[in-house]
Amino acid sequence: MSGRHIGGVMLSVENVSLSFGGVKALQEVSFDVREHEVRAIIGPNGAGKSSMLNVLNGVYHPQQGKIRFGEREFADMDSHEAAALGIARTFQNIALFKGMTVLDNIMTGRNLKMRCNFLQQALWIGPARREELKHRRAAEEIIDFLEIQHIRRTPVGRLPYGLQKRVELGRALAAEPKVLLLDEPMAGMNLEEKQDMCRFVLEVNDQFGTTLVLIEHDMGVVMDISDRVVVLDYGRKIADGSPEEVRKNQKVIDAYLGVAH
Amino acid sequence: MDTFPKLLMHHAQVRGDRPAIREKDLGIWQTWTWREFADEVRALACALAAEGLKRGEHMAIVGDNRPRVYAALAAAQCLGAIPVPLYQDAVAAEMVFPIENAAIAHAFAEDQEQVDKLLEILPKCPSLTRIYYDDPRGLRHYAQAALVGYDKLLESGRASLARDPGFVDREIQKGQASDPAAMFFTSGTTGVPKGVVHTHASLIGPSRTAAELEKLGEDDVILAYLPPAWIGQNIFSCAQAFVTGYCICCPEAPETVMTDMREVGPTYYFAPPRVLEALLTQVSIRMDDASWIKRWFYHRFMAVASRVGGALLDGAPVSLLDRLLYGLGDLLVYGPLRNVLGMSRVRVGYTAGEAIGPDLFKFYRSIGINLKQLYGSTETAVFVCIQPNGQVRSDTVGPAVPGVELKFSPQRELLIRSPGLFTEYYKNPQATAAAKDADGFFHTGDAGFFAADGHVKIIDRVKDVGALSEGTLFAPKYLENKLKFFPYIKEAVCFGHARDKVCAFINIDPEAIGNWAEKRNMPYSGYTDLASRDEVYDLVRECIERVNADLSREAEIANSQIHRFLILHKELDADDEELTRTRKVRRGFVGEKYAALVEALYAGREAVHVEARVRYEDGRTGTFSADLKIRNAKTFAPAAAKRAA
Repeated sequence: MSGRHIGGVMLSVENVSLSFGGVKALQEVSFDVREHEVRAIIGPNGAGKSSMLNVLNGVYHPQQGKIRFGEREFADMDSHEAAALGIARTFQNIALFKGMTVLDNIMTGRNLKMRCNFLQQALWIGPARREELKHRRAAEEIIDFLEIQHIRRTPVGRLPYGLQKRVELGRALAAEPKVLLLDEPMAGMNLEEKQDMCRFVLEVNDQFGTTLVLIEHDMGVVMDISDRVVVLDYGRKIADGSPEEVRKNQKVIDAYLGVAH
Repeated sequence: MDTFPKLLMHHAQVRGDRPAIREKDLGIWQTWTWREFADEVRALACALAAEGLKRGEHMAIVGDNRPRVYAALAAAQCLGAIPVPLYQDAVAAEMVFPIENAAIAHAFAEDQEQVDKLLEILPKCPSLTRIYYDDPRGLRHYAQAALVGYDKLLESGRASLARDPGFVDREIQKGQASDPAAMFFTSGTTGVPKGVVHTHASLIGPSRTAAELEKLGEDDVILAYLPPAWIGQNIFSCAQAFVTGYCICCPEAPETVMTDMREVGPTYYFAPPRVLEALLTQVSIRMDDASWIKRWFYHRFMAVASRVGGALLDGAPVSLLDRLLYGLGDLLVYGPLRNVLGMSRVRVGYTAGEAIGPDLFKFYRSIGINLKQLYGSTETAVFVCIQPNGQVRSDTVGPAVPGVELKFSPQRELLIRSPGLFTEYYKNPQATAAAKDADGFFHTGDAGFFAADGHVKIIDRVKDVGALSEGTLFAPKYLENKLKFFPYIKEAVCFGHARDKVCAFINIDPEAIGNWAEKRNMPYSGYTDLASRDEVYDLVRECIERVNADLSREAEIANSQIHRFLILHKELDADDEELTRTRKVRRGFVGEKYAALVEALYAGREAVHVEARVRYEDGRTGTFSADLKIRNAKTFAPAAAKRAA
């Protein structure tokens, strides 16, 4: 059904270890992400999924290991570096500006692409005006894409949870990322909202060719939309492969259902 | 200029630079002038001809109000083909009948949703060979040979137009006023849908008469927000625009209609009573949430408006003091309210489709909106009766429009002969013969009579008007409308024909009751939960008792007060066939489907167990069971009420 072409490896982590004091969040984890694919990270609570995502976009700095993005190699990344390279993300607990409108929140996602200085913008002179119009158009295209025209001017804090999640996706998309990290995009949603979100996630992947790395608890969703799945448990990688392979993996079954001792 | 394509080309010449259609796209209103619109229609017509659309063939059109949907409709008419607009929210199975009935080969779909439906029924409709689509989103990987995108269509049309620039104009000249112009499938309150065939003459005639009556012109603006498959929408946002050259505005999305309306400021407006009701409910909810000072102003000035607003609009004499008070109210309350509703510029507003609650009607008129009633149907190209300015009443639909002949049968059925009468029901001579008699009168099925001032009064459908077992007139719709005026009640179904008393099913309004519950810190999980609460039952009972008190003052129907009621466990839904697509209750169907509940009401039981099959939007079915409570409502003796009054 899909016309997208999964390319070579574009992002990888090698032997990454991360600890907070005595807590070992990640231990020698390696995996890669190919261009245009939907890559899921799953695992029980506390497995290190969010930590992994935080390593990928430079919020956490691993004590050991390497991150490779395209041609470049890092021991660790800074968040602004990650953003400049084209990595965007959404958060498990929505991180939007609650008092600002949907439109303004999405416009903040264009921030890195704005070139005019503060004075030009404040005075609304030629270049600033042209730039604003350009970015406004991009934001409107995202609003159209996510079908949120009716809440364009609504402050985000007044929206129901499912819509806030959609707006957060919109803000991440506004940066036109190469890689989009989604931390539990469907958490707390009802069936209909999940279906909508799945549709948008797949469309992002298909239409813009964006590579997606997502953490998700709903196994049905993961198995349906991802190309490959990596499974973490207690900070270690215990499986990696297609949804089918992972589903049959005994270690995964044990991690989720527990084993008799 | 006796056909729509000729009118279109005329506007392109005489008012080529005036706006024909506006659409909000990416947050900005985009305008198509009459010239641009005509050019696009020309190219599109060329392309459709090349795809094989021929004179006299039908073309299905499924989509919301979009300029390109209108362009496709006009292009088909240019070629002498007959557009058949279908309801865009119909499920796929409902589209099979019209497509098979008219052996439709070409269909125009707005987007992926509609394309999916058409593809789903493709195996059942062998005649369908071409599906054109407007919005390509999500369709990139569809490989079906039948699919053709709008841009590709337009491109090929432009190329062939360049080779033969006169082609479309020659085709347009071949068209005659007596040719079929469009076919509308009736919403099907009863039986299978019927294709109502209208000619250019029967659509243009009444549209022109009504436009002249209301002095509509090129400066007028309308917001096209109702389904294009409904003839009213076609008349207001197509036929009359083509006749007068006014501008049609297409909302950005169904959810943005309120905002778009405020931005566009239409001067000509149509809303069925249910839309007006929903708007008033929203106003009431927002006023309930407002600060006490705003509430005080609102209630004070609405009292003034309800006393003199209607009279001022009608040009009746009003005392100087009241004029001053109203003027102040206009400044403080009515003006801002009209603005919020997007009705500041409305010069002519119509409501029709079903009877409107008197209080609801009065509300809009009292704040200075010239809302009037009209009467018509698919078969009569809408305009049969219109209330002239200055003669507006809440309980009549006005006198006949010039050119329309009216009379009543002995059974009180309204019969009509007019230039706007439909040609026939497509391929259904039996139904045609039943609806149109030898003298050319159309039998409407509506019961009514002439009021003293010559206005027509409609009370109900002929088949629905009944009598209680002791003989009192029972007009269920009349009761239901009274109930529905309360913001808490969304839908009501009354039973009583050949029974000893009247009982009712109630659908609460989840928005209004939800708000009410929130204010009382009452947690609830959803409609079904709310509907089963004792507090909600008490609230509904109070509403019913107020209706009963009202009814007790009307001698003829005082006995049709509502004795018992229950709140349904689910909202009545068109997908479950309980409502028509235009959201009218199918009372007979509901009565049969919930026969057990009706019996429980009359058997005097306190509760009833219900097990129902529900159909979800994706077509799956499931079952649901619950215990519904039944409550009594107080009724009033006619005499006692008189004493109290």
